[in-house]
Amino acid sequence: MTPALELAVARRIGEFDLDVAFTVESGISVLFGPSGAGKSLTLALIAGLMRPDAGTIAINGQVVTDCARRTYVTTQKRRIGMVFQDGLLLPHRSALDNVALAVRQASGRQARRAIARSWLERVGAERFADRRPGSLSGGQRQRVALARGLAGEPALVLLDEPLSALGSDVRQELRKLIRGVIMSSGVPAVLVTHDAAEAEELGDVIIAYDHGRVTGTRLVERPECPERPQGAPESTGPV
Amino acid sequence: MTGLVPHSWLNWLGIPPWVWDPLSVSLHAAFEATIVVAIVGSALGFLLAKGRFLGRDAIETVLSLPMAFPPTVVGWYLLTQMGGPGPIRNAEVRLFGHPLTFTFNGIVIAQIIESFPYCLRFSRTAIAGVDPRFEQAARAMGLSRWRTALLVTLPLARRGLVAGVAMAFGRALGDFGATMIVAGSVPMATTMPIALYNAVFYGSHEQAMVLALVQLAVAFAILLGVSRLGKVRPW
Amino acid sequence: MKWEHKTGRDLDNKQKAAAVSVVVLLGFGLGFGAAHLLEGYIAYWDIVSGPFLLSLRVTLAAGAIAGTTGVASGYVLAKGRFPGRDVLETIGSLPIILPPTVVGYYLLEVLSPGTRAGGFLTRVTGHVFVYNASGCVIAAAVAAYPFCLRAARTAIEGVDPLLEQAARTMGLPNWRVALQVTLPLARRGIAAGLTIGCARALGEYGATLMVGGDINGKTRTLSLAVLDSFTTPERDTMLLILVLMAVIAMTGIGLLGRSRA
Repeated sequence: MTPALELAVARRIGEFDLDVAFTVESGISVLFGPSGAGKSLTLALIAGLMRPDAGTIAINGQVVTDCARRTYVTTQKRRIGMVFQDGLLLPHRSALDNVALAVRQASGRQARRAIARSWLERVGAERFADRRPGSLSGGQRQRVALARGLAGEPALVLLDEPLSALGSDVRQELRKLIRGVIMSSGVPAVLVTHDAAEAEELGDVIIAYDHGRVTGTRLVERPECPERPQGAPESTGPV
Repeated sequence: MTGLVPHSWLNWLGIPPWVWDPLSVSLHAAFEATIVVAIVGSALGFLLAKGRFLGRDAIETVLSLPMAFPPTVVGWYLLTQMGGPGPIRNAEVRLFGHPLTFTFNGIVIAQIIESFPYCLRFSRTAIAGVDPRFEQAARAMGLSRWRTALLVTLPLARRGLVAGVAMAFGRALGDFGATMIVAGSVPMATTMPIALYNAVFYGSHEQAMVLALVQLAVAFAILLGVSRLGKVRPW
Repeated sequence: MKWEHKTGRDLDNKQKAAAVSVVVLLGFGLGFGAAHLLEGYIAYWDIVSGPFLLSLRVTLAAGAIAGTTGVASGYVLAKGRFPGRDVLETIGSLPIILPPTVVGYYLLEVLSPGTRAGGFLTRVTGHVFVYNASGCVIAAAVAAYPFCLRAARTAIEGVDPLLEQAARTMGLPNWRVALQVTLPLARRGIAAGLTIGCARALGEYGATLMVGGDINGKTRTLSLAVLDSFTTPERDTMLLILVLMAVIAMTGIGLLGRSRA
């Protein structure tokens, strides 16, 4: 089976020096380590938002970055989805529009909006589909951001500290949501966090980062590997 | 002003009188206008940037009106107020002995009004853009409001302030509509823009080319200098 | 990242545009009504209407031209990574302090059928661009352009690049990122630049005089007509209209101030 992601890159920024290599087969791989270890930088390289100094990156078997051969596929052509720490939803469009813009596989406004709406249901955000991000709470925004990241049927979804900006009670609920929705969608994921509990709860594989290097890889034991029940937990509170 | 530099020098340099005369009028008027504008504009810009009174934006908008009005209206108002009967004319007569229309000083006043908004807006932006922490540090060191302003705020804002003065100077040099109306086409009060208009109107093609080129070079030099001073953007 | 906190009562763009149009029309209506009450100054409408309508058409056309070219070139300057961007912006900013007669002179050199460039232009397009309304539009557009350019560049540079990156991860090609993300987010600054550009175009005098020729009925815009009416009875009506236009421009400049905050 083709790995979802094969990566071996090096990048230097000022005094910081990143040199990592790993593969992601399926499920959720967590990049775990202290702040400044190079985890978010790695995601940026995978997404094509930055270029490495050397190395290759392949997503689903397709080489998207190859420094030696000067191959470089632009961000929009890589079939990825991304969930940012701050959500980064377009403030001038509604939640539904934000997700609909990410839908690539359907043409026609109606079709895209229908797909967007179903994704919003899956993350428990259909209640505020027509509201603008500015009027949503942090937790609600990240739900929409998750929907947006998955709606385009990407080959790989990247999550950059998606819960770090939220309060701890909200984080608990959304952790379950993230794990559930991603596993049920079948899209492999790379998630960055510096929270150990989060790494344990969300990851199938934990890749430890320190000072720009991978210091270890560990499989997480999951007794049943249950798929979380279909339909995300409905948000009942302000989340 | 033509008395400043002897004609023999000008001939030797190759600058004909029909360039030097309007050029000197323009420079002289713009210089005087800019001095007034620089002082008042920077001071008001400071007040608007720092003050906490109601209607700050309204005041700035009103003072910026000359940017929106056709310059002819400004000139027209000056003409009627300075030349026609009214309190301003009386004040002028008392201060200067005669009304200021059709004179050099009238041109200066027209240019002051036209170029004032430029200096005002640049200074306000520059002073408002100074990191307040510097001022807070100064106050913590015990400096009074006055000394903080003079020793900390103004020096930190100097790039924007200079840019504002430069833009005002450029605008004063380049004023046409208001100046023309106030001054008529009295030869003693012909500025460069007016001279160019006359040259085109009367078909002196050679002269027009030279006059236009000189003004283009000056405007370009001023703008280039302003852009070098960095990103101060009141619009 | 700071989100604007919009409440449910926030007006969307269409409603805002409608509100502004209503205010403008009301302003004109009240103004003319007041004029009529004041002593029938409106009796001079036949003399005043020509320049007023001409100015209106010229300003709108010039605003459209300056707006689109300004935004396009502002985008290029904001996003481009080539040397000499600032020099280009300086050249584009020249009309701000360049004497209007210099602008008029060079426009005549380029547009007049008698010159090489102008002759070529007239042969190719079959249209003369001087001493008619087109000339007025061009002169006004040149006057407005630098304001649109600078405001657009600043506004576009101020858009959070992270949002554009997020849009790219969503699969949007670069042109859609520009149209659906960058420009909408920069709309406030762009609109402010457009307003001050239109104000400037409205008040354009020197270049319009030279390129248009101040021909009564054809190229005598309001700013030219005011001067001509100085000694005639209709000058007060002219004045009234000018004040109304300036008020509209004032609102624009006021918006400009607020969008800077």
